[in-house]
Formats: sequence, C-alpha cells, structure tokens
Amino acid sequence: MSFLPEALRLLREPLEERLRATTEADVSRVLGRERISENDFLALLSPAAGACLEALASRAKDLTERHFGRTISLFTPLYVSNHCANRCRYCGFAATNTIPRSKLTIAEVRAEGEAIAATGLRQILLLTGEAPHTAGVPYLEDCVRVLRPLFPSIAIEVFPMETKDYARLIQAGVDSLTVFQETYDPTLYADLHPAGPKRNYAFRLDTPQRGAEAGMRVVNIGALLGLTDWRRELFVTGLHAAWLQKNYPGVDVAMSLPRMRPHAGDFEPACVVSDRDLVQAMTALRLFLPRLSITISTRETSGFRDNILPLGVTRMSAGVSTAVGGHAKPAETGQFEISDGRSVAEVCRMLRAKGYQPVFKDWEPLEVSA
Amino acid sequence: MKQNDTFHIGGKALTSRLFTGTGKYGDDTLIPAVCAASGAQVITVALRRVDLDKKADNVMRHIPEHMVLLPNTSGARTADEAVRIARLARAMGCGDWIKIEIIADNRYLLPDGYETAKATEILATEGFVVLPYMNPDLYVARSLASAGAAAVMPLGAPIGTNRGLRTEEMIRILIEEMDLPVIVDAGIGAPSQACQAMEMGAAACLVNTAIATASDPLGMGRAFGQAVAAGRAAFLAGPGAVATLARPSSPLTGFLDEPGGAA
Ligand code: SF4
Repeated sequence: MSFLPEALRLLREPLEERLRATTEADVSRVLGRERISENDFLALLSPAAGACLEALASRAKDLTERHFGRTISLFTPLYVSNHCANRCRYCGFAATNTIPRSKLTIAEVRAEGEAIAATGLRQILLLTGEAPHTAGVPYLEDCVRVLRPLFPSIAIEVFPMETKDYARLIQAGVDSLTVFQETYDPTLYADLHPAGPKRNYAFRLDTPQRGAEAGMRVVNIGALLGLTDWRRELFVTGLHAAWLQKNYPGVDVAMSLPRMRPHAGDFEPACVVSDRDLVQAMTALRLFLPRLSITISTRETSGFRDNILPLGVTRMSAGVSTAVGGHAKPAETGQFEISDGRSVAEVCRMLRAKGYQPVFKDWEPLEVSA
Repeated sequence: MKQNDTFHIGGKALTSRLFTGTGKYGDDTLIPAVCAASGAQVITVALRRVDLDKKADNVMRHIPEHMVLLPNTSGARTADEAVRIARLARAMGCGDWIKIEIIADNRYLLPDGYETAKATEILATEGFVVLPYMNPDLYVARSLASAGAAAVMPLGAPIGTNRGLRTEEMIRILIEEMDLPVIVDAGIGAPSQACQAMEMGAAACLVNTAIATASDPLGMGRAFGQAVAAGRAAFLAGPGAVATLARPSSPLTGFLDEPGGAA
C-alpha cells in the first residue's frame, strides 16, 4: 500500500483549470456543508475562495477551538548535525554550499538539551541533514537516550529510513516523525534534487507511512510552500494527510505549512505565497481535516504568527536556533533564517495575552528500553 | 422533589451531578472559579498533560482541594497503555478513580470497546474505581459492567463536536437496561442538552469543551450546573405521560356507551 498511485492520479488531473473555474457561489455552497469532500477542499483553495476568507477563518477558528481548545503545543528544534549528502537547491545545508560542518558529540547534545529544558520546553524535534554515515541510526539512538530524561516527547526530522530503523528509534524513546515531501510534483522534485539519496521521490513519499507502520504516535508532513503553485501543492498534501488518517487511524497526523525563507543557497522562490494565501491554505485545511494538528514555525514573523494563531494553529516552535549547537553556544550558519526570534518566555507571554495556554507536555511516555 | 438526592459512586457521595474537565482552557487559573460557579465536584485531568517535574506550572495546582480527581488515560491506544497510565496516576497520588479513554481513531476519536473492557477488568481487579468512556452499545456496556466498571460513560456525540445527544435512543436503552450509573460524556454543547440527558435519567453529565471554550467559561459553567440540576429534578418529579394520540371531543368509540349502542 502506498499513497504514490493516488498522488500521481491527483497530479494528472487538470487542477489549475478546476481551481480557475470555481466561482464564489460554489465556495458559498461548500461553506454551507458540514462535511468537506475532496472536491470541496479544492474549491476552498481556489482564487474565488480568497474572497470568502473571513467566512473560512471564522469556521476554522470555531473548529479548532472545539477540537483542541485554546491551547498551543510548544516545541523547539535541536539541530545535531548539518552534514548532508544532498543538494537540495533551496537549502543552506546542501552539500555544495561551503559552510562549516559539524556534528554534536553526545555530551554536547546533552548540554543543548539542558539549555532547552531550562526554558521550560518538554517537546523537542531532533534534526540532522541527510548523512546516514555521519549521523545515522546508532548516533540518533545515543542522542535520544541522553535527551529522554529531559523531554517526554522527542520527534525526529532526519533522513528517510526503513520501518525497522524507525522501530529502533521508537524503542529508544522517539514518538514523532516529521518528513516533508518538499514538492509533490515529480518533475520539479527531480529538478530541485539533482543528486544524493533524496532524489528518490517514491521512497520519500512513502516515508510517513513507514513511520506510522513502525508505531510513531505523531506523523508530521508538509510541502515547502513557494517551490511551485501553492494551491496544487496544498491540495495534494491535504489529501496525503487524509490518506494517512484513513489508513493509520491511531496516528496523530500533523502538517506544517513552511514558506520559503532566505538561506545560504542561490534558489529563489518560484511563487510567492502571500500572508493572505497562507491564511487561505490553513483555514481550508482546517475545514477539510478538523482534527489535523497544524504547525506554524518561526520562519514566519512574530506579528503574523500572533495573528494567524486562532485560525487553525495547534503547535508552534519557540526559542529557535537553526544552527548546530545553537542553544548552548553562539550560532553558526543555520539551515535558513528565522523570522520570529522571540524566547520561549516571550512566546508564552504572547499566548497568554491572547487567551491561549501554552502546552509544554502532551504525552506521558510509557516504559522504553534503557 | 425528593430530598437528599445524593449521587453515590466509588465510595463518594456527590451532591452535584455535573462532572467537568481541565483540558482546552486558554488559562488554567480559571479552573477554580469554574468549579465554584458550576458546583461540579468531579474533575477529569489528562495525565499526558501533567508535568511532574514542573510543579509550579502544573494543571494540578489549579484544582481545588475538595474536588474528586478523575485522571483519564487520554492518549492511550491500547488496553495495555491505558493500564500503565492508570497505574502511573495512582503512583502519582491522583487517587483510585480512573476514566478509561482508549482511542485508536484520531479522525473521530471514537473509543475502542474491546480494549476498554480489557483495561476495565484489569484495573477494577486492582481496586480502581473505573469509569470507562464508551460508545453507547448495550453489549459493550454489559461487558464493562461484568468487568467491574463503577459506571459507564457513553458519548452523546463525538468528542469536541458540541452536537448534543445524537445517540439519544442508545443512551436511553442503556439507562433502561443497566444497573450501573450512566454518565453522558462527550458531545454535549449546550446546557439544554445536558438537561435533556438528565431528564432521561442519566446519572450525571461530563462537560468540558462547551465550558472551557465558551466566551465566558464561568457563566457557562454556572448554566451547566443549573441545567444538570434542573434535568435531575425533572426526572425525579416524574414527568407526566406524553400524549401520543389526540383526544377527540366526540370519541370514536363513544357510541359504545350510548343507550342502544353495542350490546
Ligand atoms: S533540505 Fe535536508 S536533505 Fe536537502 S540539503 Fe537541506 S539538509 Fe540536506
């Protein structure tokens, strides 16, 4: 079983035409429905739906509050290695970029963990570039073991693995997997990933389900918005999330909506995703998948993050450094530039002022092997 | 109305039949005031959210002393996970009450009856007061009863939907058939719906989302407290029979009583 045939079917459809043909009257009809179908979801992503943004936003807010309450789950990424064998044209860590490369020792990982834990955070996202020979499964297991006493929830955003490797990491204490397809368009995917293991579109596309099969509690997917037409990308990503929810009902499926940010490479966004577009993308997604967890990262500016908060967001990163070892010592070059540089305490203050409760811990880990 | 309508469950005597929750509040410091306004005496708390290492910033700190703590196993996908969470709750000093929530369906958050019955059996044997969240299914309710549940907690509608008593007929059957208290949990979005459940004979209602996400949680808590009490009072008063047939002023069978009518 794979989402691949479904993705290819969707991509063969004349999505642009259907998006263009959608009228405001079509959108109003969709907004009157209790259940949003695949076709309805496409209508909500259309340019015509852009004119009904307020109606989308109010329904999205209502659904989010009913399902998640006025709470926002907080986490921070911890970059442990920036070695990478890939050449993704949009990324600062690409093998072709001449940036200092480093990989934290386990003692350094512990120091980073302690610095993060001191801010109050209890959920962490462990990141590496894609270099299984430098920072592979055994290294990640060691990282997880030193971090587990500090963090009840550990997520990974590393290279795609086989199911058995995910199972090993779950045993060590990992509970969540993040993997971005970047783009669902296979031709563009081939162009943006000229060399390295990431060239394998199908293997990457099936990664979330391998994680789900291994027993990940949370599986977070996403497309990098700006690489191509966002409406098409979001439609296919949304259907990927729906497919995962349907086939792995025990998994908490989550999605991130990252927009392109400046980085050390030379790639410029092919399409600009405006603030309005991102609001439409997120609210349409919320109406289609009311129980989906949605993450907004510090790629976005503080002002925008504050305003978009009620419209569907359930998780946020805070106190972020995208450089390896950036929490315990001064930062080197990060993977991309962040926009919201506020500390955890500052983000919490903002959340409380807006009537939201920051949630630091949202899972009680059951016994894992020592 | 009957005096002293106390609800006895798990060795406790409760005067309020509204149970409430701690999840979904924008600000946990509201909890004590909501408890006071609503009169609720039982409060459920998701153990997954409690951070033992951070006592200062902990939801438990906001729960008034007099409340009966009902830790729940939210996040558990199997009986085994629920059992481990329950034991953890007891070890933490949360008492013996446990609300079993076993959900392996993240789209609709529907409870798994089979796993719930397994966990109930294990935990009841260990001396827990087990309150299982369930689909309103008579067979599941019976297996929970024989597994040792102290009550059953059927859903009125899926969690967080605020859709009210969508499962009314099934809940009615549980109330008629079960000797255990039936506590309606999930889906109740308005005080009128809680009142209706109580009029039907539910033993109590658990309401979280509708209170926590109201514009005025205190006002909504108070309204729910009153609605639950009103519904209970109506149930005890025994509503008059509802006439299903019209009573015509010249009855169709009136001729039978007339002189010279049928013999
Ligand atoms: S996006 Fe990931 S895989 Fe690609 S170059 Fe950057 S770190 Fe490497």
